[in-house]
Order: sequence, then C-alpha cells, then structure tokens
Amino acid sequence: MNTSAVLLALLQIIVMILITPFLIGLMRQVRNRLEGRVGAGVGQPWRDLRKLFAKEPLRAPGTSWIQAGGPVLLMVSSLSVCALVPLISTLQSRLIPGDLFVVVSVLLLGTVALALVGLDAGTAFGGMGSSRHMTIAALVEPTVLVAVFALSVPIGSSALGDIVRARIVDPSSIISLVSLLALVALGIATIAETSRMPVDNPATHLELTMIHEAMVLESSGRDLAWLELGSWLRLGALLGLIGSLLLPWGMATEPKLLAVLLGLVMLAAKLFVLASLLSVTEVFLAKLRLFRVPELLAGSFVLALLAVIASYLLEAR
Amino acid sequence: MADSLFSQLVGLSAGALLLSAVFLVWRRTQSGSIRLLSLQGVALATLVALIGVHRANFETFAVALLVLLLKGVLLPVLLTRSALRQGEERNTPFMNPTAALFLVALLAVLAYVVSRPLAILGSGPTTQVIPVGMTLVLIGFLLLATGRHAIAQLVGFLVLDNGIATVAFLTAGGVPLVVELGVLIDVLLVVLILRVLTGRIRDVYGATDLDDLTELRG
Repeated sequence: MNTSAVLLALLQIIVMILITPFLIGLMRQVRNRLEGRVGAGVGQPWRDLRKLFAKEPLRAPGTSWIQAGGPVLLMVSSLSVCALVPLISTLQSRLIPGDLFVVVSVLLLGTVALALVGLDAGTAFGGMGSSRHMTIAALVEPTVLVAVFALSVPIGSSALGDIVRARIVDPSSIISLVSLLALVALGIATIAETSRMPVDNPATHLELTMIHEAMVLESSGRDLAWLELGSWLRLGALLGLIGSLLLPWGMATEPKLLAVLLGLVMLAAKLFVLASLLSVTEVFLAKLRLFRVPELLAGSFVLALLAVIASYLLEAR
Repeated sequence: MADSLFSQLVGLSAGALLLSAVFLVWRRTQSGSIRLLSLQGVALATLVALIGVHRANFETFAVALLVLLLKGVLLPVLLTRSALRQGEERNTPFMNPTAALFLVALLAVLAYVVSRPLAILGSGPTTQVIPVGMTLVLIGFLLLATGRHAIAQLVGFLVLDNGIATVAFLTAGGVPLVVELGVLIDVLLVVLILRVLTGRIRDVYGATDLDDLTELRG
C-alpha cells in the first residue's frame, strides 16, 4: 500500500512534468486561434524550455544565491504539490498525507521563493511584482484553505485523497450547494494564484500592471526555465485538483495497472478540457484594475466562507 | 419525488438565492443589479414550485407561477424601464465592495446563529435552509442602507422582500393563495409608487442621488 502510493506519487510527478508544457501550449493556441492568429503550436512551451535549459544563466552583479536557489525551491514546491494532490489516484502515502494544510503550505513556499527571486536583483519592476504577488497570495491562501475545508467538513477528514474518494462513492455530493460554492471560490483562487487573466495578463511584458512577468524579468537561461516550469506545474496541479473534485470519475482507487492507466488518460482529458475552458473564458475577459483585484478575491473568500456555513448547516440534520 | 433529490434541489435553489444576493452586493451597476434581481425572483419561484411539487399542493404551485411572473419578469421590467428613462448612472455605494462583501460574510454568520432555534425545530430539508432566507433579509437591509440612488434602494427593498418570502415559504410551507396574492400586489404597488416618486425626484432635481436631497430648498 505504502510503496505503491509512493510509486503513484512519482508517476504523478513525471506525468505532470510531461503534460503541463503541452497544457500551456494548448491554452496559448486556443487563445491565438480565437483571436484570429495562427499561433506557435502546442509544442512551443517545450521548445522554449529546451532552449532555455541550454543557455547559461546570466546573473546581475550584486545578486545573491537566491537568484539560483529560488527557482529550484519553486520547482521543488511545485513537484511536491504534484505528488501530494490526488491527480491519478486517490491513494496516499501514510508517511506524508496529501493533507489540505500541507498542500497549501507547500504552495506558499513556492510563492515566497518566487517573490524572493523578484526582490533579489533590487530592480523596481521585480520589487513591484513581488509586492503585488504577496498581496494576492495573502488574500488567496485563506480562500483555498476555507474552500477545501468546506468540502472536508461533511467527510470529516482534511486529506484531499479522502475527499475525492468520498466524491467517487457519492457523486450526488458534487452538485450540492456546498460543493458548488467551494468550487467557484477555488476556481477564482486558482486563477489569482497562477496569475491568469482577470488578475494578471500572462502574455505581456513590460507593462506597469504585470505581476508574474515582473518577478522573472531578471532571470535568464536555466533559472528562467525552472521558474517557468515551476509556475506551469502549479497551474497544472491546481487545475488537476479542481478536475479531481469536479469530475472524480476514472481515478484509480486501488493500485492496479489498468485502473492507473485509466486514471492517467482521464487526468490528461480533464486537464485539457479545463485548460481549454479557462483559455476560452480568458478571451472574453479584460484584465482587472489592480485595485479591484482585492474585490474579486474578497468575493471568492465570501463564497468559500458561505460554503463552510452551508456545510455546517446541512450537516446539522 | 425522492427525498434526497428534493433536498438537493432545495439546497441548489437556496444557493442560487444566496449567490444572487452576494453578487448584488458585489456588482453595483444598475442593469446588472436588475438582471440579478430577476434571477433571484426565478430562484425563489423555483423554490416555491419545489415545495409545491413535494407536497403535491396545487395552490403552492399557483403561487410559484405568480412569484415567477411578478418577481422574475414584471418587477425587473418595470425597474429596467425607469432605469432606462433616467439613463445608466454608475451607482457608487457608500461602502466599498470589499468591505461590503466581508460584511455579507458576517451577516451570513449572524443569520445562521439567529435562525439556529428555527432550524432545530424541523428536520426536513426546507427548515435547514432557513438561514439563507434570513441572510437575504439582512443583505436587503445592507443594500438599502448603503445604496446611493433611489433605484439601488428599491433593489435593496425587493431583496428584503424576497428574503421575507423565502423564510415564510420555508417555515410555513406556503401561505394561502389569497394572502400571497395580497403581499405580491402590495410589493407591486410599492414599486410602482416608488417608481413614480423617482421619476418626480429626477424631474425636479435632475438626478436621483438621494444625497442631494438632504437640504431644504425654498
């Protein structure tokens, strides 16, 4: 049980590394096509990564070890999240359970690493980006916690694997009030956390409002590759979590080869569907003014809180 | 209808009521508010219809139809027309949306605590969602207190009324048709009168910003 859980976690990591660049490529391609452009193709992020890994990182004079260590830390945090979140199977290693609080704190570790990288070179843009990133993170993390907490109340366990397994057993709980409120909140939080459209524009450089791109401006070569891949993996893992909560069917509940293969195919399908949906909605959205972002996040927090209240409400029967 | 399906559907329509109220606090453009209000009316009608189907009570079903016509269609149309006549004004409330949203969360907790004794009394799915009705009432008060324009306050009043109706349907399982008819016509009259009043205010002062009405003019 335990070794198979560890093996499955490793499989999740490998699959996510292979899939997420294509996922990003797909999102860009969908956006390009909808805007009437040809697009660079689904494989472009992989080609970018290969190019960046082959280049030597240039570090500005005066930067510290954070410039090299931060990207690796972000990567490690993203990989841990990929291992902890139930993506292919609901099996969890007993050593480190995929507990809600563990996942959120590991996510936060990556956020802090990214912000430190932005601050390290001491440029105006980097500092601005980091400050905004931390502001948003401070508003988003409680939402993620509260939203998943609402889902864990009826089940009585904060392990994500248990929550997803309970949803496979009782699919009617997916369209319940609690679950819908929590999923909407989680969706908004995911968008903010991964710097997607209404919060940050992932496609622009050198704009005064950018967040993610401002932090990675000073990184190059290998460092930039780690940062990009780490951020993509975060997006992939969070989308995967939403996919597992929304459409838990096909996930492996026991360590059998066939079930794992089915889980793998389902994971890819869910991720690609969710990513295309996200990309299509992004086409219709304009970026929010920075000062209205807290409004959006407060809204998502309220939804998550209402989900918790509703879960206690429906529990008291 | 199966009991579990019924409780699920009641939960969902109550959720739609709650969500539309939260979004009303969030989005404060006039046309958006009116659309959300119409959505809320439809959700309320669905809830009433569900109760009617569950109890196999034709009268409740008729009430649901009335609610749908009045709150889902007629009142929003009336509000839209008076909003159109006056042109789209940006409604900047007294409170910024972030603070208002957090207040909504607090109000929801308060409603939950307050209606706890009521929710314990019954055991069906309808008594469990009573706090949603209470929350609606409190959010209605919030919208009334923080709206700057006459239309926004009218919207707040209608949310308040929706909340009271929700609580009534959930606790009593529907009121007699005559009573409900009376209440609905009352609301319609209030909206009509307030609409005329807003029109007059605008004709005299040029805008319906109630802040401008604090001084006496000779």
